[in-house]
Amino acid sequence: MSRIVLDQVAHSYLPHPQTEADWALREMEHVWEDGGAYALLGPSGCGKTTLLNVISGLLQPSQGRVMFDDTDVTALPPQQRNIAQVFQFPVIYDTMTVAENLAFPLNNRKFDKTYVKQRVEEVAQMLDLEGDLHKKGARLSADAKQKISLGRGLVRADVAAILFDEPLTVIDPQMKWQLRRKLKQIHEQTATTLVYVTHDQNEALTFADKVVVMYEGQVVQVGTPQELFERPSHTFVGYFIGSPGMNLLDCQLEGKEAVVNGGRVPLNEAAAQRAHNATGRLQLGIRPEFLSFDARGQNGLPVRVEQVDDLGNYQILTVRLGGELLKVKIAEDAEPPGEDGSLRFPPDWTRLYANGQLVG
Amino acid sequence: MVMRKRSFALTVYLVLLMLPIYWLINMSLKPNEEILGALTLYPHELTFQNYIKIFTTPDWYQGYINSIIYVGLNTVISLVTALPAAYAFSRYQFIGDKHFFFWLLTNLMAPPAVFLLPFFQLYSTFGLIDTHLAVALAHCLFNVPLAVWILEGFMRGVPKEIDETAYIDGYSFPRFFVLVFLPLIRSGIGVTAFFCFMFSWVELLLARTLTTTAAKPIGAVMTRTVSASGIDWGLLAAAGVLTIVPGAIVIWFVRNYMAKGFALGRV
Amino acid sequence: MDRWPDHKAWFLVLPVAVLVAFSAIIPLMTVVNYSLQDVLGGTYFFVGAEWFEQLLHSDALHGALQRQFIFSFTVLAIEMPLGVAIALALPRRGWQVSLCLVLVALPLLIPWNVVGTIWQIFGRSDIGLGGWTLNELGIAYNYTSNSVDAWLTIVVMEVWHWTPLVVLLAYAGLQAIPDAYYQAAKIDGASAWAVFRYIQLPKMRGVLTIALLLRFMDSFMIYTEPFVVTGGGPGNSTTFLSQYLTRLAVGQFDLGPAAAFSIIYFLIILVFCYVFYRALEGIGKGAP
Repeated sequence: MSRIVLDQVAHSYLPHPQTEADWALREMEHVWEDGGAYALLGPSGCGKTTLLNVISGLLQPSQGRVMFDDTDVTALPPQQRNIAQVFQFPVIYDTMTVAENLAFPLNNRKFDKTYVKQRVEEVAQMLDLEGDLHKKGARLSADAKQKISLGRGLVRADVAAILFDEPLTVIDPQMKWQLRRKLKQIHEQTATTLVYVTHDQNEALTFADKVVVMYEGQVVQVGTPQELFERPSHTFVGYFIGSPGMNLLDCQLEGKEAVVNGGRVPLNEAAAQRAHNATGRLQLGIRPEFLSFDARGQNGLPVRVEQVDDLGNYQILTVRLGGELLKVKIAEDAEPPGEDGSLRFPPDWTRLYANGQLVG
Repeated sequence: MVMRKRSFALTVYLVLLMLPIYWLINMSLKPNEEILGALTLYPHELTFQNYIKIFTTPDWYQGYINSIIYVGLNTVISLVTALPAAYAFSRYQFIGDKHFFFWLLTNLMAPPAVFLLPFFQLYSTFGLIDTHLAVALAHCLFNVPLAVWILEGFMRGVPKEIDETAYIDGYSFPRFFVLVFLPLIRSGIGVTAFFCFMFSWVELLLARTLTTTAAKPIGAVMTRTVSASGIDWGLLAAAGVLTIVPGAIVIWFVRNYMAKGFALGRV
Repeated sequence: MDRWPDHKAWFLVLPVAVLVAFSAIIPLMTVVNYSLQDVLGGTYFFVGAEWFEQLLHSDALHGALQRQFIFSFTVLAIEMPLGVAIALALPRRGWQVSLCLVLVALPLLIPWNVVGTIWQIFGRSDIGLGGWTLNELGIAYNYTSNSVDAWLTIVVMEVWHWTPLVVLLAYAGLQAIPDAYYQAAKIDGASAWAVFRYIQLPKMRGVLTIALLLRFMDSFMIYTEPFVVTGGGPGNSTTFLSQYLTRLAVGQFDLGPAAAFSIIYFLIILVFCYVFYRALEGIGKGAP
């Protein structure tokens, strides 16, 4: 097990990248701490899989170094990297039995027979596969196959990390939940570093201790699920995480207040100070959960209610503030809104972004 | 290193594969004196005389036209009959479907030599001998089963929901089949046409037996190069080269589908 | 995929059924008819199984049958491994793919008599590059007089002509393997041999069975190419079943024996076809 460091790593699939968009991965510094359970979250095409393949060695980065502890492994092929990877679609060696499948990575590395047998049994037990050990791989269901792919990663006790590339895409929702729990348990038992790629925020937030959010080939934020929710460091994180995502409004700064469509929103003093020093497009961001709506219209900025969606345990209001639409989450038993009302922006939860980056 | 060795082996194979064809082309561009004289690796006295003779003698070029006519006819007949049948096999369960399919396949395996004599008699009875239709029909023996086989594979790849949606949208079967379904399996039809063309184009035993003069295929015309004074090698080679050309053109058009088309059978 | 049960589907199959009945059933019935009769001056006599008995004891048939099996197994033993090896060596992407595929497929599109002509010329020691080179190297090679040389020529020609089919099929099978399998194998530390043995070969099983089926059938029916090159000689050394049958039917016009022979020939092929078909079905069921 080891700490994985990405030192100035960047990758382009083109031989001569010209513009920023030619880079699948923009230059990044990143450290995966030993024993962490990470989720790598981002929309399709943001470079998640590229990053994973750079770590596992399936791809050589165009520039930069990949370090496992103090060893530079950039030039090493995956075979020599002590790393395991599980792919989106189950990979199974059809002609082998389940036991042979699990033993394959160890046999290739010429481990002792009795040790291999013991490891296979341990892993089979971990994944509840004991009963299937002598079945042929081709005859199993999709989730059993994916468990075996997983098992081939777990069977090697020496791996630096196990990388998962959207491993539950083809699994039924019910099985998905069970397998994810299984993974968490295994992480608790073995303390192996896990990196779990997904575009599903629920999967990421329930699985990981730390979530790494990627956007257009860059890591935009690393944090606990709570940090991502409360202090998104980039407008993309605010928008991508949460359901519905963060409300983002263009604004100007006047003293300790932000001016949005003529309305004035009070800010924290420190935040306002930092925003004064920032340049570029200024945006105000606030989560629907933190806005407080007043149906009598006595407090805050006046808004018009456009739509009410009852989602069972809470309601989502779509309200119009000048030219902008905002989402507001209110309790199920809250007073039914009329056509008009007012919104209050609690200063502690109101964030300011300059050119997409959090300033206060 | 491994890659280098691989592409070296591949190059050697391709060169060996092309060598006999090159030799045929080489010979077709030489006069007979040079062919029969000392061996030359390329034509020293380059001549197009052999080709000119083929293109100016009706007996010769008519052979090519005959071959192309019956091959084209066969491809059309095979596709038109095989398309609905393949659809039936890919979509419906019906009495005897498996047995019928197997029986079709056995026809693919039937040695043409077995059918030589009965074909001759059957087509004589119908007065079809020495017509393009006779050869086209005879080649259906193996091309129709083949077409059904390949097309069925492609059609099974199209989800049944598309049919259901179309019927709900009020399409009649013929309209759905022609306007919706066929465009979906375009590449499959292309690949099938390629195979029908190929197997009809290369077959000679049946084609030669069922024709005498009016529909004589090029392969049979080629025997004319043998005369009492020996074989006209240059002319034979030129005629041979010209039979390769249509095939080469067809391959070029389907090159991107070829690998895919082979893989899709009823496996 | 579950199919809709509907017997009306027979109407869709009808054109094919009629066409194939016309080009297969009626001719086959004629053959059966002939096989049981003798023709003397336009009158037919029922002779029962006489032609079959006569044939089963005929040395000429035994010889042809034996040569046929040896030939088919020889070319299969060469073409299958060679075809797979070439398919593995073909580039997987890029512009070279089209070029290689077109070149490889070319021999398949040459009329069979021209294939014969090509090798007839190529193998000659006076005007053919192949025959000339062998003789220059000090190897006395003459396919028209030496039966071993004739055999070799036919086998080499067959391999030249048909290995491309195996290559294309195997290549199609390889192309269908998702990249993830190769990536997983790298992560699992598999050697090139293990990749071949546990990924490529199992994934090619379906197409290779088809290749085996097609190649066996076609080699078993070979007629035109050896007819052009050697005419079945020297002696009977390259006379295979189809040559023998054609000689019987068209050359000597022995309708009865030819028909009886056709039926035996067809039955042999049918048995093999059935075995292969069952094997294919088995693979179809085993696949996910």
